[in-house]
Amino acid sequence: MTSSKLLRLFVLPALLFVSQILFAQDRVISGRVTDPSGNGVPGVTVTPKSGGSPTQTSSDGTFNIKVSASTTTLIFSSVGYGTKEAAITGNTVNVSLEITNATMNEVVVIGYGTRQKKDLTGSVTNITSKDFNKGTIATPEQLIAGKVAGVQIVSNGGAPGSGCTIRIRGGASLSANNSPLIVIDGVPMDFGGISGAANPYSLINPNDIESINILKDASATAIYGSRASNGVIIITTKKGKSGKPGFTFSSQYSLSTPSNHADVLSPTEFRAYVNSHGTAQQRAMLGAANTNWFDQIFRKANGTDNNLVMSGSLKWTPYRISLGYFNQEGVLKTGNLQRKSISINLGPSLFKNYLRIDLGIKSSFTNTRFANEGAIEAAANFDPTQFVHSGSKRFGGYYEWLDPNSTTGLKTLAPRNPLGLLEQRLDISDVSRHIMNALVDYKLHFFPDLHAKVNLGWDVATGEGSVYVPDSAASAYKYYQDANGVLHGGVDNHYLQRKFNTLLEPYLAYAKDIRSIKSKVDVVLGYSYQEFIARNTNGMADPNGPLTDDKGRWTPFYNYTADRVLTSAPTYRHDRDVQRLISYYGRVNFSFNDKYLVTGSLRRDGSSHFAPETRWGWFPAGAFAWRIKSEPFMENSRVFSDLKLRIGYGETGQQEFRATYLPIYNVGNTSAQYQFGGAFYPVFRPEGYNPNLKWESTATSNLGLDFGFLSNRLTGSIDVYYKKTKDLLNAITQPAGTNFTNIIIANVGNMENKGVELNLNATAVKSKRTTVDLNFNFTYNHNEITKLTLFTDSSYIGNTFGGISGGTGNTILINSVGFNRGAFYVYQQVYDENGKPVEDLFVDRNGDGQITDKDLYRYKGIDPKILMGFSSNVTWRKWFGGFLMRASIGNYMYNNRFASTGTKNTILNPLGFLSNGSSVVLKNDFVGGGSRFFLSDYFVENASFLKMDNIYVGFDAGSFLAKGTTLRLGASIQNVFMVTKYKGVDPEIPGGIDNNFYPRPRIFTISANLDF
Amino acid sequence: MKKLTIKLLSVAAGLLLLQSCEKDLNVIPENSFNSTVVYSTPAGYKSVLAKVYGAFALTGNQGPAGNGDVQGIDEGTSDFLRLFWKAQELSTDEAVVAWGDPGIQDFHLMNWTSDNPMLKGLYYRSFYQITLANEFIRESSDAKLASRNITGADADNIRQYAREARYLRAFQYWALMDVFGNLPFVDESFPIAGTKLPPQKTRAEIFTFIENELLAIEPGMPAPRSNEYGRADKAAVWALLARLYLNAQVYTGTPRFTDAITYAKKVIDAGYSLVSNYSWLMRADNNLNTNEFILTINYDGRYTQNWGGTTFLTHAPVGGSMSAASFGIDGGWGGLRTTKNIPLLFPDVTGAADKRSQFYTSGQNLDIFSLTTFTDGYAITKYKNVTRTGQPGSSLTWVDIDFPLFRLPEMYLIYAEAVLRGGTGGDLTTALGYINQLRTRAYGNSSGNITAGQLTLDFILDERARELYWECFRRTDLIRYNKFVEGTYLWPWKGGTQNGVAVPAFRKLYPLPSADVNANPNLVQNPGY
Repeated sequence: MTSSKLLRLFVLPALLFVSQILFAQDRVISGRVTDPSGNGVPGVTVTPKSGGSPTQTSSDGTFNIKVSASTTTLIFSSVGYGTKEAAITGNTVNVSLEITNATMNEVVVIGYGTRQKKDLTGSVTNITSKDFNKGTIATPEQLIAGKVAGVQIVSNGGAPGSGCTIRIRGGASLSANNSPLIVIDGVPMDFGGISGAANPYSLINPNDIESINILKDASATAIYGSRASNGVIIITTKKGKSGKPGFTFSSQYSLSTPSNHADVLSPTEFRAYVNSHGTAQQRAMLGAANTNWFDQIFRKANGTDNNLVMSGSLKWTPYRISLGYFNQEGVLKTGNLQRKSISINLGPSLFKNYLRIDLGIKSSFTNTRFANEGAIEAAANFDPTQFVHSGSKRFGGYYEWLDPNSTTGLKTLAPRNPLGLLEQRLDISDVSRHIMNALVDYKLHFFPDLHAKVNLGWDVATGEGSVYVPDSAASAYKYYQDANGVLHGGVDNHYLQRKFNTLLEPYLAYAKDIRSIKSKVDVVLGYSYQEFIARNTNGMADPNGPLTDDKGRWTPFYNYTADRVLTSAPTYRHDRDVQRLISYYGRVNFSFNDKYLVTGSLRRDGSSHFAPETRWGWFPAGAFAWRIKSEPFMENSRVFSDLKLRIGYGETGQQEFRATYLPIYNVGNTSAQYQFGGAFYPVFRPEGYNPNLKWESTATSNLGLDFGFLSNRLTGSIDVYYKKTKDLLNAITQPAGTNFTNIIIANVGNMENKGVELNLNATAVKSKRTTVDLNFNFTYNHNEITKLTLFTDSSYIGNTFGGISGGTGNTILINSVGFNRGAFYVYQQVYDENGKPVEDLFVDRNGDGQITDKDLYRYKGIDPKILMGFSSNVTWRKWFGGFLMRASIGNYMYNNRFASTGTKNTILNPLGFLSNGSSVVLKNDFVGGGSRFFLSDYFVENASFLKMDNIYVGFDAGSFLAKGTTLRLGASIQNVFMVTKYKGVDPEIPGGIDNNFYPRPRIFTISANLDF
Repeated sequence: MKKLTIKLLSVAAGLLLLQSCEKDLNVIPENSFNSTVVYSTPAGYKSVLAKVYGAFALTGNQGPAGNGDVQGIDEGTSDFLRLFWKAQELSTDEAVVAWGDPGIQDFHLMNWTSDNPMLKGLYYRSFYQITLANEFIRESSDAKLASRNITGADADNIRQYAREARYLRAFQYWALMDVFGNLPFVDESFPIAGTKLPPQKTRAEIFTFIENELLAIEPGMPAPRSNEYGRADKAAVWALLARLYLNAQVYTGTPRFTDAITYAKKVIDAGYSLVSNYSWLMRADNNLNTNEFILTINYDGRYTQNWGGTTFLTHAPVGGSMSAASFGIDGGWGGLRTTKNIPLLFPDVTGAADKRSQFYTSGQNLDIFSLTTFTDGYAITKYKNVTRTGQPGSSLTWVDIDFPLFRLPEMYLIYAEAVLRGGTGGDLTTALGYINQLRTRAYGNSSGNITAGQLTLDFILDERARELYWECFRRTDLIRYNKFVEGTYLWPWKGGTQNGVAVPAFRKLYPLPSADVNANPNLVQNPGY
């Protein structure tokens, strides 16, 4: 930076500032008005008590007011916040206002700014900490599951800290990412995970989160341009509060219990089945034990979550420091997640609030031991008549299927001992993540309506881990033969990944309340540069040695057996993936007479994913809102306390996928060489590429109505939307011979999502002692693919996907034109007169007299049609409590366990061992083995459900021990019950295929919360 | 005014700064090269050639799987040999399979459709190798070599590589033409990643292209057995020509038996001889069989790993009570067997007389009641991942056995058949001598030798089965003998019934995959599909 720039940035304002002090006859008082969570409240009227002209706080809650020397008190007032008086003790007056009417005046964080809820034009839902889900919550997204219409949040499994699949309005893509963009304190996160972390968001302590805002329609999201097609989730962490330091200590203890598992034959049933159906040889294989393998691999698991927070203000610097310790065992034995976190927020205001800086550091250190989830399948399959331990020392003492004819002594394709799989695998990781952000907000001295802001963000993560399997383990027994013909077993692999994401975002924000023309205007104009670097290595030459060589480069990385024999060496010492995004954006908000609100935004994004010709995209959006309630004819309405109509349209993009526009060559690894003569040569492969890759673009129209009845005792909103994605990336077949791959990602498809969302909040009872709040949300989404290929071609069946277990290369799902995304592509089962499915007999749908793959048809789909959430919070005297229920209707699931194990061939395995199977075999007498068998619609089940996710109760003990010390106690149960016709483990599995799902545990939690 | 100028200038400077930032969007992936780097050295050329050849053996750039070449098919099943073998063997009396992979049973039941994933896989695998060859030929032009300052012996080597790329392309066009008939056609002049669509050529036109290509490169190819092991030479060119001409009547309607004799004879006279023991043919150290093998696909348990190829051919037929260890593998996949037609071609199934009779019968039924039951049908023990002395290969999972695309006995059989079918330039006595050489090796003595009177066309077909079973010949042979779709020759489950029935004649050709017919409007589907 040049000195002249420095001068302009700092010296000039300082001079102006001094001159103001020197020449002002009246005093200028500045300050900031915040809500109880520390967010600035805009639009608060500030009036000197003893005369003088009032002013209003700006968009960040700050104000400057000229008062006469005699004025000693300021009055702050705002609709929904009540009135507060504050004495003038210095040149700065910071106040915190209580919320009296929450729904109207919540300050909602939107992209590049905040807005009062009443002034919103787009479809935005704001959930603050008081409404978060209760219980043991390892990751932030679980805080709002089931709370928001149009948002589906499904945990990926029952492992501690496992991630969630989030879909806002059904997602907008097929091949590309369907997850929303997540912005944490102004820093957009990357979509990838971090090696060693089950879920990148499990690295963030949910206790530090103040609010989660969901931007759903394009008029709200378009300011995030190319990453906004799937919606945006803005997470804001807690900030320091004004006043003396206060402490909060909260602690909770949880007990997780295994809730459900696959329905397999009991030892008695199994014995009876083998005895009645098996050969003499097979009957002889039965053991003498009665082993419940699920009991062997699952356990009751403990968890604890402790947080200590200190928050207050030191002169002009509000601060908040929180320490967290989270420890959760998995119900699958050996699994464990441990997180230590520290979060620091500082919000210094300098130069009479002309310069405000928000600094945040969120650091976490996570240690995970991943349980081997393969044990779940093994437990479902392992013969229940065998003992857990064999009595011999071989294979670590675990019972295994043996084969004297095989080199290893093991039956090759038999399942391995489930407990052995768990206990003989040490899969651990150590991940640290630091998210730092600094928002520098300078209000220009010579032009205070204009804020110059710079948002800086760093997201630095290191994931390190190793997998160790001893050489006695059956799962990796003597599998590698070295050059001397000696066999080695076990695994000793290491990996390391570093991520370094940076954000530089200077922007200008101008806000002006022009009372003369009853107008408010608010403009944002900015630039953004974001870089994502991921550097991977796999295993270390010497895990205890230095990480770099003498030139500072990463040392080469290898995979080893347990006794450290090299099994494969990677082609590259490391890889370093770099992506960059550059954007220009602007937004104008204009409101007239507090009745008519107009928003327009435009963003231009450039992505390193695309060629220079197709790299840049424009993403415009506009919205209009009419506050009908403010019209004269409505003002006296007693029924309506709020009524606002919103209309919005916007275009957003999507660039999150892996495909290349560049012609490049890839080098094969050491086990993919080719031999000429006596030598092996590495292979160079030209990669398929698509020089014409460009953005997916989604146009969304939204019509919404916000309403409030009876003094806002009942509030809510209805939104109707229509989302049309064009240039959809689809994996399309290339004409043979025209590219170096037969399938390439190209922008050829179109897809539509139409839906209705309803949110209702009611205060059913409100008395001095009792309040009952109810929330209900409803979502309907209809998805249809309208185009998938360049040429319209009715014979194109679509893209199959969704690999299943059973056969090699079988898939169960398809995306086809004219159908919903993720339809099942199956044969129509024929049933006998008793309603029993007849094995391998299917309906000849095309009537050509034979059953071929032309008889496959599209049946239902994996996505729900309707989602509902119902929750309630109740307070009664010092007690409080609540629950959350969710329903999902119209989602179907492929019951892969029924298909792949509910057969005679599974139990009496022709490969020479016994294997347990799904108990459906007793009902259907399936033999199994037919090549169409797995693709029967019989295995596709209605997976609609109603779940009680969470129920909690608490007691506010109030003042405790000392004055100013309060204590709250609570207890909750998660995953309480579910109602469903689905016969598998869980009707709610992302991807619609139920196969060895890690069951979600039932969690009992007790908690204590102490403020002092 | 001056101030304004300064302001404007600073705005312009700011914009320029931003513009320069925009160049940051040109990100080159780190662990890959562009063509300039790859083709800057002769070693780079050889590694690309290794891929053109390796596309036969490997399924992708990461062994055994994980970075596949061909998309839309399970990678482990996407190599050339596994797919070509299924198309050529599972559709015939030589093989049945127990598995439920999508489309796999359709081969033997003869009700495959244009969406069959394995036919699609074969089609795209073969075209993939053709596309790689085209790229190599383009990058090896004299102009490109000159621009890269590659001259002298290096340049000559690369020109030789390019001839081999043309050979591999011709081979793949042969395989595609044999299986699918009329094909889209691309050569090195066809642009990559453009919008142009390949035109379709008839089977006869493809035949002519293959013939012309082989004849054009033949003079420049290395003498028989003088190139590196695994690379094509003159004998490989002649052997493919002989195979092409033997089937010319099927491909073009015009018989070319005289030419078949000519080229078979060229190979036979090039100094090849039979390996002394038939059972050594498909073993872990069969790279020693250079006296008999003309061109091989090379596999290696350590360095050339994949789940197809001979790894498939070794693991898949092991099941039931068979001992995996005796096959040099860690376990069987319990899939492949044969119908009774094949063991019944031999005097006995034990191999006591004809040692080519390599069946596993213990616990196996001769008859097939259920295709998906491994113990129905005899297993075949031809492929073993052990050396001549019985030592296991370098890995128990991925086998070392190389697969001969051409070996000498086929040339003997082509010669004899072409003579019997009226080709000139050969004679019956020589033909009988060749056949009896095969039988002498098979029996260990002359007890199995035949007389001139026994040397009939039907005998040749049976002898081809005895000598070449499970080596990707059967479907082509049955079609040439009009026994593939017809009711005159049946095998269990042919056409979907246990005793076998005739199927419509259009099934002599497989359908073009619907995926390509959809993607390329120039293509006309084969009749019947």
